[in-house]
Amino acid sequence: MDIMKIVMTGIIAALLAVVLREEKPETAFAVSLVTGLVIFVFVITKLNSVMTVFKHFAAKANIDILYFSTILKVIAIAYITEFGAQICRDAGEGAIAAKVEFAGKVLIMVIAIPILAALMDIMIKIIP
Amino acid sequence: MDIDLIFKIAAIGIVIAVLNRVLYQSGREEMAMMTTLAGVVVVLMMIISLISNLFNNVRTMFHL
Repeated sequence: MDIMKIVMTGIIAALLAVVLREEKPETAFAVSLVTGLVIFVFVITKLNSVMTVFKHFAAKANIDILYFSTILKVIAIAYITEFGAQICRDAGEGAIAAKVEFAGKVLIMVIAIPILAALMDIMIKIIP
Repeated sequence: MDIDLIFKIAAIGIVIAVLNRVLYQSGREEMAMMTTLAGVVVVLMMIISLISNLFNNVRTMFHL
């Protein structure tokens, strides 16, 4: 199954990274980065079918497409932010990882603003 | 699952490490530094194309 391929890739790459660690740390970092990318790309392509099913449900439940696309954007930003922050933390750069995570949070907040505005409007209507 | 890219990068790393050691023994430290930089640049080139591929995938996937 696919998970076996992924686990084998991870183990082999970890072994290569350890071999390269003391001689060439930057190449070891490159090996771990590329492994993360390869697995990420492999999993993302599998997400496609899930996305179409969600879109179908959203359309059927006539949820406004704005909300659904916002949710998708937030998920994408969260994925990439976590990926980048983890890679930076692996390289030993905790400060950069923290900045990347902070930027991710801010961007998610900016994207969520329209939904918050809509929520406030509804609340104001409800409260007499 | 293009695992060959991982093996390519690991191979480059090992070759560069061996080359460095040989160059240090033969007394040419500056050449060793040059080969290290060359190795890093080559690996970076390979990684950049993979990263752009990943970001395009994510962009098309999530309709960003």
